[in-house]
Amino acid sequence: MELLSGGEMLIRSLHEEGVEYVYGYPGGSLLHVYDALYRQDSVKHVLVRHEQAAAHMADGYARATGKAGVVMVTSGPGATNTITGIATAFTDSIPMVVISGQVMSYLVGDDAFQETDMMGISRPVVKHSFSVKNPQDIPEIVRKAFYIAQSGRPGPVVIDIPKDMTIPSERFEYSYPKKVKIRSYNPPQKGHSGQIRKAVELLLAAKRPIIYAGGGVILGKASEQLRQLARLLNYPVTNTLMGLGSYPATDRQHLGMLGMHGTYEANMVMHHSDLVLCVGARFDDRVTNNTSKFCPDAKIVHIDIDPSSIAKTVSVDVPIVGPVDSVLDEMLEMIAEIGDKPDQQALESWWSQIEEWRKRHGMRYEKRDDGLLKPQEAIEGLYEATKGDAFITSDVGQHQMFAAQYYKFDKPNRWINSGGLGTMGFGLPAAMGIKMNFPDDMVVCVTGEGSIQMNIQELSTCLQYGIAVKIFCLNNGYLGMVRQWQDMNYEGRHSSSYMDSLPDWIKLVEAYGHVGINVKDKSELKGALDDCFGKYKDRLVFVNVAVDPEEHVYPMQVPTGSMRDMWLSKTERT
Amino acid sequence: MRHIISILLENEPGALARVVGLFAQRSYNIETLTVAPTEDPTLSRMTITTVGSERVIEQITKQLNKLIEVVKLVDLSEGAHVERELMLIKVKATGAQRAEIKRTADIFRGQIVDVTATVYTIQLTGESSKLDAFIQAIGPNCVLETVRTGVSGIARGEKTLTL
Ligand SMILES: Cc1ncc(C[n+]2csc(CCOP(=O)(O)OP(=O)(O)O)c2C)c(N)n1
Ligand SMILES: [Mg+2]
Repeated sequence: MELLSGGEMLIRSLHEEGVEYVYGYPGGSLLHVYDALYRQDSVKHVLVRHEQAAAHMADGYARATGKAGVVMVTSGPGATNTITGIATAFTDSIPMVVISGQVMSYLVGDDAFQETDMMGISRPVVKHSFSVKNPQDIPEIVRKAFYIAQSGRPGPVVIDIPKDMTIPSERFEYSYPKKVKIRSYNPPQKGHSGQIRKAVELLLAAKRPIIYAGGGVILGKASEQLRQLARLLNYPVTNTLMGLGSYPATDRQHLGMLGMHGTYEANMVMHHSDLVLCVGARFDDRVTNNTSKFCPDAKIVHIDIDPSSIAKTVSVDVPIVGPVDSVLDEMLEMIAEIGDKPDQQALESWWSQIEEWRKRHGMRYEKRDDGLLKPQEAIEGLYEATKGDAFITSDVGQHQMFAAQYYKFDKPNRWINSGGLGTMGFGLPAAMGIKMNFPDDMVVCVTGEGSIQMNIQELSTCLQYGIAVKIFCLNNGYLGMVRQWQDMNYEGRHSSSYMDSLPDWIKLVEAYGHVGINVKDKSELKGALDDCFGKYKDRLVFVNVAVDPEEHVYPMQVPTGSMRDMWLSKTERT
Repeated sequence: MRHIISILLENEPGALARVVGLFAQRSYNIETLTVAPTEDPTLSRMTITTVGSERVIEQITKQLNKLIEVVKLVDLSEGAHVERELMLIKVKATGAQRAEIKRTADIFRGQIVDVTATVYTIQLTGESSKLDAFIQAIGPNCVLETVRTGVSGIARGEKTLTL
């Protein structure tokens, strides 16, 4: 049998898991591991400029592929710098394996140089964590970490490795476990057939149904089943922010996003429905508005792989715990077997009601005639320029909501945003993680002048590795989303939501070796985007788009109201 | 309502911290907590008493079940069960009170496990409410110190919580 050091075992184990890239930053406690990395070439390391970005890069890769992204950081500040990134992944159930160095095991507890209790600090934001006690355990721990991160409801897993577990001269017999069994961890493989039958009966009996599909459909790779079910029944579909792309946005049956900034029609349909089929979503407060007024006439069927998501905020009539793909498959079979169809007459009048709601508002906004772009217009321009086929990452703020509302995602895994934690600074590194793994695809980070500065240092990483992402910055000169709330709830007192002294973006990106384009007037947008994806196809391009600073995101649900209580513009309320 | 949640837990470093952390993080309440290894040294048995609405208790059990180290779990209050808590209580025992305290301890089936000229240390087991009642009976004024283990519980009948 082969003899390897702990550091070598770690890298070899990553290779066995099919890992191509590791995103990280070295330091004292991981030097043995970095030396092991150097002496092989199957696992490549990407050196970021700040550890938070390493986590977001791994996260972006994971969201685009469904596979765990890998992060490697040193102890102390290296580890703590990843926490925001780990929490971001945790909140959105993204598979990730984070390897953090630790001081020598015999120094743990002595407040040694660069010691922090990473197990403790990360505990509330990981699915699980391991601390290595013997070098021989490393292969099995890595195997378990990937298994846990990627199965069931996915999530980040931390492996904390004291430096003395990786000493080059201490070698051990190496073999990689083929199988893992964790007696206390058995994610559900299948839904309960009796429950599924009950759900199907409710579905077929519904007169005003709606399918509410979330990020779980994407994580559970069930978009095809969702499409089949919706088509078969001719039921309307709405998506959460995390679920966008799980059902084709350009399809007639798609009502757009629901919730706080959801479409008028999606929220109206939810409120008036008599049956909600929730697939892989979690009745989050940004969706339900006031739960006591939520969908007053609806029976609720909820499919989720995580039982703790069910009946957490809203009571459910038929809970189904299981992987969404297999549950939907079983539903489709049962419907075929029963041979019944939903009440066509009821459905017809439901659809005509829906079409009326669609007509009432749509996603209307007023364009300006002085040449200044509306942010919505800019996103529509981006949609056309990329033919709706790009990977779009976003940061957090108004630009994020405009991207979600106006970029029509027809495929899953293409809309990449921090929906749960709302992490400004996520967009650029996430885009980088995707571009490295999909070099031939268009990858665009939609951002704001506030958010982009939270990880702007990564422009340097992009040059080092030739990562040609596009940064589409909707520059409104404000922390726009904060400003919007201040306009609406604080009589326009813009407390610290205006940033003075912004950099000259063109000079900034040029200093980092990239291309910058200003779009000051509507007429310049198309040309800029053509250059971005044409002339500068292989370069990182920062498009600085001046947009209306006063614009608000609408619709917007009225706090403490029901789903249907919305502002539709600055002056119009339902 | 008060619930008694009984857990089989991997006997590993950090497992207890995860359980306790979960309660703090989600602002669930812990009234008592006991934990010790079982006859199988790879497993610990933990008993937690907590109060909350049905929805909160359902979330607590679901969230606990999600912890990788939690092997099995049962809400004992859902069925017939036996619960016991042990208390060591040090009381002032002088003059006429001395005999009175001894009598009360006997009634509650307590044992005096240590004696000085002025102090009795009494050991008592039973349901938590019985221990409370004992303190009331001897009068809280003469209590010098109490230490309670927290509740341990087990289901009645054939039911077991094992692998
Ligand atoms: C790390 C972090 N800090 C603070 C916030 C709160 N926050 C949400 S949106 C927002 C404004 C974002 O401004 P910008 O990036 O310019 O986007 P805009 O809303 O203007 O489109 C802020 C400060 C956050 N989401 N994340
Ligand atoms: Mg802004």
